[in-house]
Amino acid sequence: MTDVPLIRISGIRKAFGAQAVLDGVSLDVRSGEAVALLGGNGAGKTTLLKIVATIMRPTAGAATVAGHDCARAAETVRRLVGFAGHGAWVYDELTARENLRFWSTLDGGASPDETLTAALAAVDLERAAGARVRTFSAGMKRRLSLARLTLRPARVLLLDEPFSGLDQRARKWLEGYLEAFKLRGGALLMVTHSLGRELGVADRIAVLAGGRISLDTPRAGLADDDVQRLYAAHVEDPV
Amino acid sequence: MAVRALGILSAVGLLVGLVMAFGVAPRETTQGNVQRIMYVHPPLAWVSYLAFVVVAVASVAYLVRRRPAADRVAHASAEVGVVFTGLAIATGSIWGKPTWGTWWTWDARLTSVAILFVMYLGYLLLRGTVEDRERAARYCAVLGIVAALDMPLVHFSVYWWRTLHQPPSLMKPGGFTGSSAILWPLLVNVGAFTVLYAYLLAKRVRLLRAEAEEAFA
Amino acid sequence: MSFARRAFVVAWKDVLVERRSKETLNALAFFALLLLFVFQFALGPDRERLTGVLPGVLWLGFILSGLLALGRTFLVERDHDCWEGLLLAPGDKSAIYVGKLMGNLALMALVDTLVLGLFVVFFDIDVGHAFPGLVLVVALGTVGLAAVGTLFAAMTAHVRAREVLFPVLLLPVQVPVLLAAVKATEALLLGEPLAGVAHWIQLLAAADVIYVAVGVLTFDAILEG
Repeated sequence: MTDVPLIRISGIRKAFGAQAVLDGVSLDVRSGEAVALLGGNGAGKTTLLKIVATIMRPTAGAATVAGHDCARAAETVRRLVGFAGHGAWVYDELTARENLRFWSTLDGGASPDETLTAALAAVDLERAAGARVRTFSAGMKRRLSLARLTLRPARVLLLDEPFSGLDQRARKWLEGYLEAFKLRGGALLMVTHSLGRELGVADRIAVLAGGRISLDTPRAGLADDDVQRLYAAHVEDPV
Repeated sequence: MAVRALGILSAVGLLVGLVMAFGVAPRETTQGNVQRIMYVHPPLAWVSYLAFVVVAVASVAYLVRRRPAADRVAHASAEVGVVFTGLAIATGSIWGKPTWGTWWTWDARLTSVAILFVMYLGYLLLRGTVEDRERAARYCAVLGIVAALDMPLVHFSVYWWRTLHQPPSLMKPGGFTGSSAILWPLLVNVGAFTVLYAYLLAKRVRLLRAEAEEAFA
Repeated sequence: MSFARRAFVVAWKDVLVERRSKETLNALAFFALLLLFVFQFALGPDRERLTGVLPGVLWLGFILSGLLALGRTFLVERDHDCWEGLLLAPGDKSAIYVGKLMGNLALMALVDTLVLGLFVVFFDIDVGHAFPGLVLVVALGTVGLAAVGTLFAAMTAHVRAREVLFPVLLLPVQVPVLLAAVKATEALLLGEPLAGVAHWIQLLAAADVIYVAVGVLTFDAILEG
């Protein structure tokens, strides 16, 4: 474990035209740590996640993953990062298995069949492996997207509302997977909208409001309604 | 300032060039005064191509280093270039009317310039359609490079298209077997228009930079 | 080699999606048939006049169907944010371009065959001896169209007014390909041997090499958001 945080966000500013969505965001996530990023609608949480994921470039400021700049060393960062956004990255006309085969081959490591089957089994999609994704429910598509994540080991996971749409069993699996990920030394930055059980995985809670991080606090010792109160305070009335 | 000097130089150059073209140069026997456009049209066409080469080079520079300045040069050159190209076509057409009897002919040179004009328009259209500035810069850079590499192909294909079954057009490029009385006004105008282009380019780049800085303030 | 495998998986994916959804191919086939009618009505039954313009009309058919097919190349990536997935997949992005290009060539090979077949039958063209040369010209011309078309399709996929912008950007660039292909086709159909159109063939080949090279080198910059 080095001293440099695995994810370091410093002074990120992102403007779309004249509108500044992010205005000086700084946040660190260390190895073995999980940070839950909260905020109101349109606060810029997804934008921030995408900047770290190298999907977007910041207008000013820098984000680094394991010391590599996300804008300038994007390819290196991409090898280290696993990202799951709102879109499930699935092709409707392909089967679940074919979708996994496509992404794993494109990633450069064509996984053998057994690995794909295991990934599908982990998210309880084994029986639907040969069915076209167009027949899947939103929750199933989300699970397939998570299965895709497990195929390539990542040091950093950037997840946008990963628990949404998952049933009880899938949530339990995901919690277990993320805990194991943290134990391996991975860093997790997770955007979440809800303040419930999902936060269980988080070691810290950060609130994005007014274009900045207005709260960054350890979750330990906070009861659920504490979180509610803090969130309401910061989102309604940003510091 | 360098830009001011360019401006003055181009004004002087143009003045001299136009005087030479319309006053000093001999009156052509068969075509009359209209032929004097020959001193203006080729320089305009030359600058049109030059401007596009600049677009292409600046585009490559932008893609390699992503410096906004390179993109501004490409953008500005396209804006100035499209004007010169339009004028080149217009003067070619004006010359063509009394000479060939029609406003337009699918002559090799004119056709090539027309295609260049359309490519400029496409570039500017793309610029205007893509909202995100950085993305517009990248896309236009790619378009600029593709179009510029395409120009030699356009040249050959159009030339073969017109001349393999027909005699070459009246506008022979070489043909300075004649006196220096024709050569000098032409060269002066080529120089003058090039300097004018450089001046307009510099002004345009300045304007674009000011706009960009304002957007961030 | 990883590049080749990644390119192939992209082509495989596109072919599979197309084969199962049948969206594009069916519409294109129908479009080719309609073109035939439109050309026939626009040009009239005068056989003399038809023979003169046939090579041009044939290539109009190829280009119009090509525009339709190519413009849609990246639409499938817009669903479920797959575009992001392509961007984030580590490795050389031009493998994606090559894969898309291969998929497009396969699609256009089918459509071109159909267009050519329909034209030969309905306009009663005697192809015979010219066939190998014709195939070569059509192949080279199609590669040229697809190479730039795939690149520009990526460029316009996210832009509003995509349907108009795509042909507007593509057509001027395709002028050399169009001229060369039409002239070569014309000559071949008139009985000229392949050697007689060598310069056109060379132009087409040069264009193809340039276009594919530029596509491979610049696709990265287009894919990025």
